[in-house]
Amino acid sequence: MPMVTLTIDGKEVQVEQGTTVLEAAKKVNINIPTLCYLKDINVVGACRICVVEVKGARTLQAACVTPAAENMVVLTNTPAVRASRRMTLELILSNHPFECPTCVRNKNCELQSLAEAFGIREVRYSGANPVHVMDDSSVSIIRDPDKCILCRRCASVCEKVQTVSAIGPQGRGFDTVIAPGVDMVLAESNCVNCGQCVLVCPTGAIYERDQTEEVWAALADPQKHVVVQTAPSVRVAIGEMFGMEPGSVATGQMVAAIRKLGFDKVFDTDFAADLTIMEEGSELLERINNGGILPQITSCSPGWVKFIEHFYPTLLPHVSTCKSPQQMFGALAKTFYAEKAGVDPADIFSVSIMPCTAKKFEAQRPEMNASGYQDVDVALTTRELGRMLKQAGIDFNELPEENYDDPLGVSTGAAVIFGATGGVMEAALRTVYEIVTGNTLASVDFVDVRGMEGVKEATVKVGDLDVKVAVAHGLGNARKLLDALQAGEANYHFIEIMCCPGGCIGGGGQPIPTNYEIRQKRIDGIYTADEAMVLRKSHENPAIQQLYKEYLEKPLGHKSHQLLHTKYTSRGQSNQL
Amino acid sequence: MHYYRAHVLVCAGSVCVTSGCRAVKEAILEGITRHQLEEEIKVVETGCMGFCELGPLVVVYPEGVMYCRVKVEDAAVIVNEHLLKGRIVKHLLYQDPNTRKTVTLMKDLPFLSKQTKVAMRNAGLINPEDIEEYIAGEGYLALAKVLSSMSPEEVIIEMKKSGLRGRGGAGFLTGLKWEFTAKARGTQKYVVCNGDEGVPGVFMDRSILEGDPHSVIEAMAIAGYAVGADQGYIYVRAEYPLAVEKLRHAINQACEFGLLGENILGTGFNFEVNIRVGAGAFVCGEETALLASIEGRRGEPRPRPPFPANEGLWGKPTLINNVETLSSVPPIILKGGAWYASMGTEKSKGTKVFALTGKVNNTGLIEVPMGIPLKEIIFDIGGGILNNKKLKAVLAGGPVGGFIPAEHLNVSMDYESLAALGTLIGSGSLTVIDEDTCVVDLVKFFVEFCHEESCGKCTPCRIGTKRMLEILERITRGEGKDGDIEALEVLCDYIKNTALCGLGQSAPNPVLSMLRYFRPELEAHVRDKHCPASVCAFLFDSPCQNTAEGGVR
Ligand SMILES: Cc1cc2nc3c(=O)[nH]c(=O)nc-3n(C[C@H](O)[C@H](O)[C@H](O)COP(=O)(O)O)c2cc1C
Ligand code: SF4
Ligand code: SF4
Ligand code: SF4
Ligand code: SF4
Ligand code: FES
Ligand code: FES
Repeated sequence: MPMVTLTIDGKEVQVEQGTTVLEAAKKVNINIPTLCYLKDINVVGACRICVVEVKGARTLQAACVTPAAENMVVLTNTPAVRASRRMTLELILSNHPFECPTCVRNKNCELQSLAEAFGIREVRYSGANPVHVMDDSSVSIIRDPDKCILCRRCASVCEKVQTVSAIGPQGRGFDTVIAPGVDMVLAESNCVNCGQCVLVCPTGAIYERDQTEEVWAALADPQKHVVVQTAPSVRVAIGEMFGMEPGSVATGQMVAAIRKLGFDKVFDTDFAADLTIMEEGSELLERINNGGILPQITSCSPGWVKFIEHFYPTLLPHVSTCKSPQQMFGALAKTFYAEKAGVDPADIFSVSIMPCTAKKFEAQRPEMNASGYQDVDVALTTRELGRMLKQAGIDFNELPEENYDDPLGVSTGAAVIFGATGGVMEAALRTVYEIVTGNTLASVDFVDVRGMEGVKEATVKVGDLDVKVAVAHGLGNARKLLDALQAGEANYHFIEIMCCPGGCIGGGGQPIPTNYEIRQKRIDGIYTADEAMVLRKSHENPAIQQLYKEYLEKPLGHKSHQLLHTKYTSRGQSNQL
Repeated sequence: MHYYRAHVLVCAGSVCVTSGCRAVKEAILEGITRHQLEEEIKVVETGCMGFCELGPLVVVYPEGVMYCRVKVEDAAVIVNEHLLKGRIVKHLLYQDPNTRKTVTLMKDLPFLSKQTKVAMRNAGLINPEDIEEYIAGEGYLALAKVLSSMSPEEVIIEMKKSGLRGRGGAGFLTGLKWEFTAKARGTQKYVVCNGDEGVPGVFMDRSILEGDPHSVIEAMAIAGYAVGADQGYIYVRAEYPLAVEKLRHAINQACEFGLLGENILGTGFNFEVNIRVGAGAFVCGEETALLASIEGRRGEPRPRPPFPANEGLWGKPTLINNVETLSSVPPIILKGGAWYASMGTEKSKGTKVFALTGKVNNTGLIEVPMGIPLKEIIFDIGGGILNNKKLKAVLAGGPVGGFIPAEHLNVSMDYESLAALGTLIGSGSLTVIDEDTCVVDLVKFFVEFCHEESCGKCTPCRIGTKRMLEILERITRGEGKDGDIEALEVLCDYIKNTALCGLGQSAPNPVLSMLRYFRPELEAHVRDKHCPASVCAFLFDSPCQNTAEGGVR
């Protein structure tokens, strides 16, 4: 790459050709403020907060879209630049409700932070604003267009990363609104509820449906036996809500904190993840041995499931019939556990703590009632849990660690890694290998399927068979695999697909910000947690072995089919932006 | 070829069609048949002749006698008197509203004095539906010349020599743009003709497309040869159905004649032209928005660079030129860049088409050498101010332009001189304003236009123009307050410097121009709640009848 040399605030800096002024400025320790910019995803120059002076230019230039050029002279902090940025903020605020104290993003809002940094104490301009209706049609995601600053980060993520294009600009000019269609609401759209839009929204214009009150009510109800499960990736992210470094493994504090909230039992989704491996691994072997439809594709990510239901319904027979760990857990909590504990399943209130907004949708799917009740009553996100803990005044960081309750709290390292892209695949390989060959793996680490690369492939020798696998995370990458599959170019045995970039650690319910670096750190946390486990293969989980012995009999058995497997719905496409 | 004793040209431009020229033409044909003159006299439909408000227009050649406001019942008179007996029909001739003198010959119209037609050389004179008429006037000769005897580099050199600058508004040197596109890396390239023409009140592009579509098609092929493109797109706004029709017809004819398509004139050069009908938003005329629209995406500007010359349609190098720019190309190729450069001023070469509207006696399209004093346009060509009122200003550039106040009437009409006055040549809109016009009210209307046409992508334009409009609305309602003028100034400066595209960047122009030349009038509104032109409604007990909108639209 050819280099160019430019001067920023009097400092010479050399960068690769094509680098933006914004990125170049970082090299001389200048953080130019941004609102609409999202590296590689939303580079549109829409908000104009990032303007700088460029010598010789007729107007101020948006640093996020201006390529550095040889001998360019840039000034990032002049009276004109500051005045312009202030005006941009004031104009945005003149078109924005002043609701910070009651806003879901209070104290974690990019607009608010900038207004604070620029010391905006009054807004010189005021006037009429378009009135939009709040869209609370979706069980997962709520849109509040009045707080939208039209940065379009959400729409770009939805289109470019997830290739869903559920939302985008509608109408023009002052009346522009980000919506699924002119008169369409999210629930009617192709939205897969992944919440990636929520993670990138700089403001409180798009956010998760908050169900904490439902949980508080259940906790306060003496009649209810409230159980909770926590997903693998929550333990490496919840600490961020309390100022911990991203990726800190906070399992023990989290269990203790949740117990303090008054739950009757604190269980682990990891238990169900181990169970998923038993069922899904067996399903894979059955498909391989009996000429079933291959490749088999994982089914634990509900955003992904809804995606294939909308966009590739003809490929649905490839998807494993296994329910996701959340739903397996839910079905068992109100059957196996209820019997064991002697609790009337009607009194059990089953809560899950998930990294994921799509889990809310999954929990309320009508078919998810194998126990005779809705298997999971409320799916909370990591962020909602954080809020509950703060309300309860729990000193998270100082809590002594505690353990999960038995028996649905026993798990292995194979279950923890479900939280990172490639984890389900790795966990399955650990088990399938040992079950098929009868040999013990020398190393349980299948590093080829780990990491942030969009599509990963590996071939693993299992006995006589070369098992070919692929892993994709983010629906754009999933689409690549599905297109290949449709074109007959994907002769894999097993494919893992996670809806969110990085896997569940990057889920739409995780603490904000969630960006590339933070995802990476959470992934590191996941593998640290895996290594710290005594047991690292699902089939070695004694509680699972016990479960089969006492209750399910065998993987893919009659009870399993009843409780742990499901069917899918072909949904068609409601909008095409 | 058959020899006709006389040709009767009937203008079939959009306006004349609306005022009923088709029925007039039928009536003339009927008369001709009745008198069995078919072998002697030919009736030809032309594109807009440029005097739309006088239409329907009928011009009889060889003399060139022009009849105005011809009604169906006049047709028989023209046939019986003029065509049969050679007697001029006096009452249908043009009468100068000032001198009350009648003008017999079209060429003697005061409106045509001082005009030099290059881009509009054929419009109104030939039948746009007949490629042979275009060819008879040296049409496609320029294409033949470049294909047979010039290298692409030589074509670009000639274009650079001409000094032609883009007539779409920005005034960028055409030859240079061609050179950039030619040098851009890529095998697939495109030529796009911008026929979006969204500025209210201008219609030269429509006139050219309707009246002389081949000149644009020929120029696109020449441009394609020069930059290395084999595909062209003409983007026409949906409001111009007649232009689309004429273009379709012309493209088909050119294909039949081997002037478009594969192996043009046996030279191995291929070029095809497609039409795209636009959504009709002003901002779709901005080049990057236009490209997005052609690609089927939301018509919205994007930051430049990359410029279309490097990354245009579907990411490929693309040359975008305006209709008027393109129609000037064939004469430049035939007569040479030096010939074109001999007209105009040092930095603004050639001729420019203006749409003269507002409170002036003669309105319509005029093509004049760059550098002509504005005074000559208003008084010699335009015939002075309507009803002998006092000239207040001329607004150049429409809703994104600025005022030329009466005291600067001697200004030379070129890019630099107008920029110095805080206005622009822009798309060539010239609106004459008299003493009865309230500048504040007019400016409010322009800001409203920009605000409504904003695509909504960037903050300064989306919200800034709204706040600007709200202040102006208050002021014209008599609710102006201290600090409003300063607030406007700050806002204008900000929007101009910060907006993403030319629409936002130029939306404050009329306000800034008002602040520069008509500050006392604005202050009277704000401070004294007084509208000196008696337009703003708060001064009246009864609702006002003469708002600016009516006069300018
Ligand atoms: C808001 C806006 C509207 C425009 N509309 C037109 C238009 O209608 N026709 C046109 O030729 N150029 C228009 N332009 C200019 C084009 O972006 C572009 O500069 C032009 O088509 C280039 O051709 P030229 O070099 O021949 O002028 C517009 C620019 C802006 C910013
Ligand atoms: S989005 Fe941000 S600025 Fe707006 S109300 Fe919420 S916290 Fe405040
Ligand atoms: S939740 Fe996912 S699919 Fe739905 S709008 Fe947001 S990014 Fe798009
Ligand atoms: S919803 Fe949020 S991310 Fe989307 S455009 Fe509005 S402010 Fe930006
Ligand atoms: S200046 Fe106006 S029209 Fe141009 S991009 Fe911004 S909002 Fe759109
Ligand atoms: S961050 Fe650069 S324009 Fe929004
Ligand atoms: S349309 Fe006939 S003169 Fe313009």
